[in-house]
Amino acid sequence: MIFHHFGKYILLLKAVFRKPEKFSIYKVEIFREMVDIGLGSLGIISIISVFIGAVTTVQTAFQLVSDLIPKSVIGGITRDSTILELSPTICSLVLAGKIGSSIASQIGTMRVTEQIDALEIMGINAPGYLILPKVVAGVLMIPMLVIISIFLSIMGGYLAGTASGAITSADFIQGLTTGFIPFTVTVAMVKAVVFAIIITTVSAYQGFYTNGGALEVGQSSTKAVVISCISILAADYVIAQLLL
Amino acid sequence: MIDIKNISKSFGDKEVLKDISALFKPSVSTLIIGSSGSGKTTLMKCMVGLHEPNEGHVEYDGRDFTALSFKERIDIRKEVGMLFQSSALFDSMTVEKNILFPLNMFTDMPRGEKKDRVNFVLERVNLAGTNKLFPAELSGGMKKRVGIARAIAMSPKYLFCDEPNSGLDPKTSILIDELIQEITIENNITTVVVTHDMNSVMGIGEHIIFLHQGQKWWEGSNKEITSTDNKELNEFVFATKLMETLLKK
Repeated sequence: MIFHHFGKYILLLKAVFRKPEKFSIYKVEIFREMVDIGLGSLGIISIISVFIGAVTTVQTAFQLVSDLIPKSVIGGITRDSTILELSPTICSLVLAGKIGSSIASQIGTMRVTEQIDALEIMGINAPGYLILPKVVAGVLMIPMLVIISIFLSIMGGYLAGTASGAITSADFIQGLTTGFIPFTVTVAMVKAVVFAIIITTVSAYQGFYTNGGALEVGQSSTKAVVISCISILAADYVIAQLLL
Repeated sequence: MIDIKNISKSFGDKEVLKDISALFKPSVSTLIIGSSGSGKTTLMKCMVGLHEPNEGHVEYDGRDFTALSFKERIDIRKEVGMLFQSSALFDSMTVEKNILFPLNMFTDMPRGEKKDRVNFVLERVNLAGTNKLFPAELSGGMKKRVGIARAIAMSPKYLFCDEPNSGLDPKTSILIDELIQEITIENNITTVVVTHDMNSVMGIGEHIIFLHQGQKWWEGSNKEITSTDNKELNEFVFATKLMETLLKK
């Protein structure tokens, strides 16, 4: 059963990346999706990022009770865990819920109301027209959201740490700037791109093969989120194992 | 002209269409009728390539559609217009954008010419001035007419209508039927209509194909349909009290 779905998923991707009928129309769709995925998710990503950073700093400070460990380490731990794990992974899990369910229900509704059939009758490559702009927009916008998230998360950590008295401003900044490995940002970007592909394609697959009516559209949407989240966590482990 | 030869289609073990052959001529609306589950929509979907028949061929003016790849079918698909049962208008687009969609995708017409074409087809279906409305703002009958406008925007040679009257009141149904008939004759289109509406059968049924249990059971015109001795067809035709009463009179 899994292999059947995986095969169908690969065949769908093959159709998605077929040469577009008219680039100008796809370009407009890509910009529209970029606004939806990027700007549409900026609010929620900003809010969760600030809290992720704040919680990381406070909890790290709570665990560092030894006088032998300098307080500046808190800044370093907040930076590395944010860049390597928290921002790319948690943001992607949240985006899987927000964008994934939206993609699956949008395409699923188009399927059950015969709009996809209408595209096919016109001679339009429906997977390409409906899914490719979402994949391209996701791959462009999700890494940007992750960068914003990293920045806001560290800001949140700084504010929570200094406001609670767990760490001084100078210690936090010293920890933040000491021992920074730029490769961690590369790892975060690789994760963001892979997670973007997973979120957009898995959700589109679930929507595209919806059968039935409103109930099934809801089920596709739920499946899209669940499968995307599991795939993101599995891919997270694989990337960490391969790159670190 | 569309020529279907020995079409058979199964879904798993269930045989939905059995060896159906028929000829659909230009300037004629051919009605495919039959009770629910008789295979009407499946036959139409096989003809337009939304389903692949297990056996048989569909020929569009001698071009074997079933033997072509997705890419090779595009040229024929540009000549096909289809009106769906649910109208299948794109929710996120206005009426104008719905009609412009195939024109933008497949033609290099200047913007003004495309706009003229949109206004022309909207006028043709008596919906002039609705350009900026969204499908959610239209009634069922208006949606069907926009569906027809979109289907004829590319000046198709072949028009398929899946239950064009479903969910409409009898008066609007007649308007839609007449519109389909007029467009078919005006533009020399080969039109295929799937329906179980007896008003359509009696109104525009110049050529009728009756399907029963996935087989072609009867073929003729609306002049012959009330006088046939075909038992299953009679059960279908006279299933409504109205038809029964009219016949008695």
